Parts: sequence; C-alpha cells; structure tokens
Amino acid sequence: MAAYMSATRSESAFSTNDLVPEWAKEEVSTGTTIMAVEFDGGVVIGADSRTTTGAYIANRVTDKLTPIHDHIFCCRSGSAADTQAVADAVTYQLGFHSIELDEPPLVQTAANLFKQMCYRYREELTAGIIVAGWDKRKGGQVYTVPMGGMIVRQPVSVGGSGSSYIYGFMDSNYKPGMTKEECLTFCTQALALAMERDGSSGGVARLAAITEGGVERRVVLGNQLPKFSNV
Amino acid sequence: MDRHYMDSQIKGVSTGTTILAVTFNGGVIIGSDSRASMGGSYVSSKTINKLIQVHDRIFCCISGSLADAQAVTKTAKFQISLHSIQMDSPPLVKAAASILKELCYNNKEELQAGFITAGWDKKKGPQVYTVALGGMLLNLPFAIGGSGSTYIYGYTDAKFKPDMSREECLQFATNALALAMGRDNVSGGVAHLVVITEGGVEHVVIPGDKLPKFNDE
Repeated sequence: MAAYMSATRSESAFSTNDLVPEWAKEEVSTGTTIMAVEFDGGVVIGADSRTTTGAYIANRVTDKLTPIHDHIFCCRSGSAADTQAVADAVTYQLGFHSIELDEPPLVQTAANLFKQMCYRYREELTAGIIVAGWDKRKGGQVYTVPMGGMIVRQPVSVGGSGSSYIYGFMDSNYKPGMTKEECLTFCTQALALAMERDGSSGGVARLAAITEGGVERRVVLGNQLPKFSNV
Repeated sequence: MDRHYMDSQIKGVSTGTTILAVTFNGGVIIGSDSRASMGGSYVSSKTINKLIQVHDRIFCCISGSLADAQAVTKTAKFQISLHSIQMDSPPLVKAAASILKELCYNNKEELQAGFITAGWDKKKGPQVYTVALGGMLLNLPFAIGGSGSTYIYGYTDAKFKPDMSREECLQFATNALALAMGRDNVSGGVAHLVVITEGGVEHVVIPGDKLPKFNDE
C-alpha cells in the first residue's frame, strides 16, 4: 500500500495531541462504493456520498462522479486528495487533446490518460478509478483503473471498500443486454446493499446515465433506497 | 464481525473459506467449500470436509486455522455428548453453540477459529448460531462466514427470505457458495451441503463443474 502523506503540516507543532481531535490527524479518504455498467447506447455510473477522515464523516453528500468531458465521467475511490488531483490533471489533458483533434475524445483515451498517471505515480498515489462514458466509435464503455495502474475494459465494474460485499450480487444479477432503466435499478440495489454493510459507504446514492444525447443525473435519498434488512 | 483479514496471517494450514447456514421452513441447511490453503498460494487439500457433526442433529462448520478448529470441535463434541447423556435427551442447538462459545472465549488469545453451528431440536426447531473469532455468540436466521463471505454479503442480504421451501433454500445456499468460490481464491473445490430436519440428516455434494455459473466467460 502507498504511504499516506500527513493531513496537516502543523502536526509537528502539536505532538502532544490534546489540541487536535483524533479525526483531524487522519487522511481524508473516500472509503466508498462506486460502480459502472455498460448498456446498448451508453453507460450508467453510480456512487455513494460519504467522505471520511478516520471515524468522522467529513462530507455526507460528496459527489464522487466527476465529469472529465461532455460524455466521459470518472468515479473516484481512495484518497480524496489524490483522486481530485489526478482527475483535474486528466480533465486538462483531455480538453487540450480534444481541441487539437477538433472532435469529442474517446473514452479509451481518457482511461489511458488516467492509467498513465496512476501507473507512473503508483507508489505515491492511493487512487482507484472507474472511467465510463460514451463515444461515437464504440458506444458505451467502462474501463477500470484500480490501484497500481492497470487498465481493463469490463461490461460491469465495482470499486472502493464497499465493493467487496457486492461481488456476489453483481455476478448473479448482471445480465448482458439490459436496458438503461434496468441498469439504473441494478446500480441502485447494489449501492444500497454495499452502503448497508460497509461503514465507509453511506449517505445518498448518486447515479448518472451517459448516452449520445447527454448526461442525466439522479439522486436517491437515504430513505428512498431499497431496503434489504432481513436479519 | 469476522476479521477476514486475519485469514491471511494464520500460520500453517488455514481454511480460508466460505461457510454458511440458512434456516428454512422445517429445517436448516449448512454448507461450505472444500479448500484448505497455506498462505493463499498453495492448496493443501482440495477435498477437506468442514462440516463436522457434533451430534445427531447438530452440525458445525469451521473457518480460520484448521488446527485450532479441529481441536475445538473435538473437545466440543465430547462435552456435548456428555451433556446429552447427563440430561438424557438430545442436546439443544443453543447448548452446543454455547459450549463452542465458551471454548472460544476462554481461549481467545491462542485461538484463531470461527464457527457456525446449525441444527434442529425439539424446543425451537431449526436454528443457526454464529460464534465469531473473539467468542461472541449470535442467533440469526442465516449466517455466512470465512474469507469468501465478504463477497456474498450483498447477494445474501438481497436474496434471503424467511420460511423458504427446502428446494429454494438449497438453491440459495448453492448459489451463494458458487458466487463466493468464484471470487475468493482461497475458497474452492466442491460444495458440501447438509440438510438437517426433524426426520434426519442428508448430505449433498456438488462437484466444482456442476456448480451454477455466473457470467464465467
């Protein structure tokens, strides 16, 4: 695992820790659940909304679905600082590339830009990213760039600390050839299940559907999430 | 609940594993995979049986350090038999689970094993009890454990219904094991299932190639 940088520089002056609460010394992390699904004509992406510093929830309404270009988004998991920095850098690079080309960029290009940065700085970064979007050449695509910097295209991908709990659900419930509404339901259920089991995931479920026509965003509030409490 | 990361730090042979027990209308199904590994890179047994019969209608499935689990279940089996003879009646599932819990709690520093106890008794019918690593005892309608269980929390939360039929429950347990074995590298081999009802005990073994497949291209 990559080493964490200290969250605040003033830490050394307060080595007797009474003045700083425990959570302020922890790194801000998006212990999280993110996922993306391809369908014919686009992709559906989803994420929870919790950002934690240790046991404190720093932001309970985080937006982890970050636009990189008009039809390309990324889902961020890992260190909040690292993923924001990488996403900003890739947004710039992709915007510049798109102007040079005079054409909307390919999802594969965006994904490879993420991979290049995550692989080169693999020792310093803690970032697990899912890149998803629509382009004219290959339609809806999902590329996962986990920690370490590999890249692979998958029809459905989950990431973040909460993802472990929903591999079984994903394997059994994903069917190729789902419609956009089926994908949205699938994502909502999977996120709800993960948020129920993972302490670092929670809040609201943010979803987005990306197609040729554009991006449609949805929020499912906590009390509207599907409930699965049998135990 | 289970400290799943501990499995990789167990010295010697460990049952990095997937175990589960599910109640249904009239009985309980207890199941496990069959792989024993040393450190996650060597499979020391492909066909180990993790479902130990501790009494006529009470079974126990083991996870964690294989040596610890075998030692504890041998002791528990003896104590349960003795208790049953003294009471002159079949033991309660809760009694069997409590005996395991006492052993785990009193020796918590040395042991690294978790159990799921399931069975049928005349007082409360089918029951499932889980004894976690530190010695906590919990009664649940269904329980999952072992390193592979992490991957099926979402699936079991979504698909479990109370009062299923025997066939529905068998399908649920088989699917859950297959999904976990498909994602966890230290779970695998065959799926062992035991159906416990008032009438008796039935073993079902499903070899790896006959397990349900989920998007396994």
